Amino acid sequence: MNKAEPLVSRYSHEDYKSTVKPIWCPGCGHFGVETSLFRALAYLELPPEQVAIISGIGCSSRIPAYTQCYGFHGVHGRAPAVATGLKLARPELTVIVTSGDGDAFSIGGNHFIHACRRNVDMTLLVMDNEVYGMTKGQPSPTSPADWDSKIAPGGTGFSPFASLAVALASGANFIARGFSGDPNGVARLLVEAIQHPGFSFVQVLSPCVTYRPEERFWKKTVHPSSVESTNDPAVAGHRLLSDDGFTTGVFYVGNRPCYSATVDTSNHDLRAIEEDLAL
Amino acid sequence: MNVPCSQTQATSIAIMGSGGAGAITTGSLLLEAAGQAGWYGLLTRSVGPQIRGGEALAMVRLAPTPVTGHGDRYDVLVALDWHNAGRFIAEIPLNDKSLIFADAEGGDPPSAILATGAHLIPLPFTDLADELPNARPNLLALGMLSELLGIPMDDTVQAVVRALSGKGLSVTHATDALAAGGQLATTFPDTQRLAPPSPRDTGTHWLVTGNQAAALGALRGGIRFAAVYPITPATDLSEWLALRLQKLGGHLIQAEDEIASMNMVLGASFGGIPSMTITSGPGLALMTETLGLAVAAEIPSVVVNVMRGGPSTGIPTKSEQSDLNIALYGLHGDAPHLVLAAQSVTDCLVTTQWAVQLSETLQCPAIVLSDQFMGQALTVCERPAPLPDGPPRRIAEVGAARYDRYALTEDGISPMAIPGALGGQYTADGLEHNAHGTPSSSAADHLLQLDKRRLKLEQYDYGKAWAEIDGEGETAVLTWGSTTAAVLEAAAQARTAGLAVKVIALRLLSPTRPEHMTLALQGIQRVLVVEQSHSAQFHHFLRAHYTLPDRVEVISRPGPLPIRPGEVLNHLLQEIDHE
Repeated sequence: MNKAEPLVSRYSHEDYKSTVKPIWCPGCGHFGVETSLFRALAYLELPPEQVAIISGIGCSSRIPAYTQCYGFHGVHGRAPAVATGLKLARPELTVIVTSGDGDAFSIGGNHFIHACRRNVDMTLLVMDNEVYGMTKGQPSPTSPADWDSKIAPGGTGFSPFASLAVALASGANFIARGFSGDPNGVARLLVEAIQHPGFSFVQVLSPCVTYRPEERFWKKTVHPSSVESTNDPAVAGHRLLSDDGFTTGVFYVGNRPCYSATVDTSNHDLRAIEEDLAL
Repeated sequence: MNVPCSQTQATSIAIMGSGGAGAITTGSLLLEAAGQAGWYGLLTRSVGPQIRGGEALAMVRLAPTPVTGHGDRYDVLVALDWHNAGRFIAEIPLNDKSLIFADAEGGDPPSAILATGAHLIPLPFTDLADELPNARPNLLALGMLSELLGIPMDDTVQAVVRALSGKGLSVTHATDALAAGGQLATTFPDTQRLAPPSPRDTGTHWLVTGNQAAALGALRGGIRFAAVYPITPATDLSEWLALRLQKLGGHLIQAEDEIASMNMVLGASFGGIPSMTITSGPGLALMTETLGLAVAAEIPSVVVNVMRGGPSTGIPTKSEQSDLNIALYGLHGDAPHLVLAAQSVTDCLVTTQWAVQLSETLQCPAIVLSDQFMGQALTVCERPAPLPDGPPRRIAEVGAARYDRYALTEDGISPMAIPGALGGQYTADGLEHNAHGTPSSSAADHLLQLDKRRLKLEQYDYGKAWAEIDGEGETAVLTWGSTTAAVLEAAAQARTAGLAVKVIALRLLSPTRPEHMTLALQGIQRVLVVEQSHSAQFHHFLRAHYTLPDRVEVISRPGPLPIRPGEVLNHLLQEIDHE
């Protein structure tokens, strides 16, 4: 899929869109991300009923109800765990987690790390706006240390969370960054992420125009990566740790082994198990 | 008025030793040998906090009829040594009829043991073991016990050989050691011999723990996915289940924490696979937010909670019935859900299987309360009969028509679409929603869905299994969980003493069954509540949900010491004026 190529698919992105009106503010970056997700699904010709969109809590986590796919809008931060259970139980489904920086990296930080480590075949799409929008403007793990807010006047004083580097160190198998202002670019990243086996992590910089209006200028700050992706974690690690956080593109494409399972419910013969208990 | 408390047909044996002495092994082998020979029995353990090799106490009760709890005192105490004995004294009630067989090399008995008046008989277990090849003092003790109790030595040899064959012990050596131990017992009076076992079909008896039984109940109920986090005393359930799920084509995964476990369970169940998790108090506390989600999004899911002493880390290796409140009331919001309680080792199987069935039928989370006493008790019992299949999860027939996931139906149960089915797409949501599943904060939708979720549980016909009811009379004992064993034994003894007693042991704790309870309490003038909780959680639960007669007495004390039949019996036979 590239920019020049027209999308030819038996699905249009409208086939994935529900009639529920998003709660997002006008100008929210998440509209673009939603469009990118639908374009990617259409490009991959994934039947909506074969796709499950799993989320937690926050503005970004509202996406499941806006789709025609199966959706799961659960508790705050735990979507990667729900997705893991679903994918292990039903490996034939395409499982996508949609999340935000607070949901995925703060309350869900532990699950983020272990989802990367387990490397179950799914895609985590984090819409990162460096703020808690739904609760109206508190600092998130990716907010700059000096970002002033009511709850942390003068800034938190905490270093921002380097999510891509953490994902790499934790064992994620595909790591990329996109920008919501480039929906086609994000759609391309998502296509690659969904197709790549194992746990794929895509961070999408998605401005919060209400609580971080300065993020409107991200469109001037982001820049595409000038180098190809690598399968060498050491190279990827060096790039990520020396990056300014605004480079878009694929950073790492690994071949780490996936964790998978098959669950078969057809066998009801417990005789052998019960015989083991007989005296 | 007082009557002897020990079940005359049963014999209780405690075996104690420090790390590596093999007390638990000796108890397990004794139970297995007795089981082979036709007796029933129960073994519970008490161990120190050490990871491996700490001091240990095995408590065994053998009888010709099924055994579900311990008695009031021990007939026999075997002390492989007296190191750390002080830790266990409170758990081994002895009296002047008790016999203590102590290794002569094991040090001096504590004065509290001697003060019980029990008859102390030093034996040269260690000296004799030193003279035999590959013999250990505990094998001699086992041989002695076998002979003392009248268990055929062949059965004991078989049990030892089976258990220790992988450890380089030859049959000859084992036989010699057991025989040398047995020789010691030939000089004792004959009083401790077991009553002869009833004839039985050996193929139908099991050697099983409560945790294994619960796991098997889950499998019988159809569970094929489990996500767990290790926690004492529930871990052995998960470990036992892992391999069996694998053999059946299912899967168990160890998650990063209990929160993830519960969420994985919901993910798998959302995908159509009956799923469960296994935990104990602190883990249940972590799961409660997600249990609220399971209620709101109506996702079948089962939690087996093996209770231990609490709060906080509490006493992880010992039993208590103090997670009742969190199981019943621990969820946020108005969140009706199922809470069931097992009453014995074998009932762990029955209750867990029933919980899976109810959870699948009613699309609601079910918490099964077991406890360390039952969960880690090893028992020789009759094979529990499988329950008849319950109504399966109602799956939506979806197609072109609009599908309403949370449709309001007569019985409150709305058919569930499973991912993959075209036309059934919906979002399982913790947000309040309308019948279609679309998020809604309207007062009307909230009330409709709250009513639906409550009514589906309240209207369902749970049949007679909501409680086990035994006997008739004007006095009733209300109890639950593993305490039921002591209550049933006390009630039987009270009847012998001339007091008619009815026992009502609740299995279904939520939803409550007020009409059934009113029927069960008809004609009851006096109620005794028996539970193992410091704050009388069960008593307050009964007060909140049921109409009790004026006269209510309560035995309510914390773990880890078990409530014994004699304590209940003495209370029943005392004439106490009601307040």
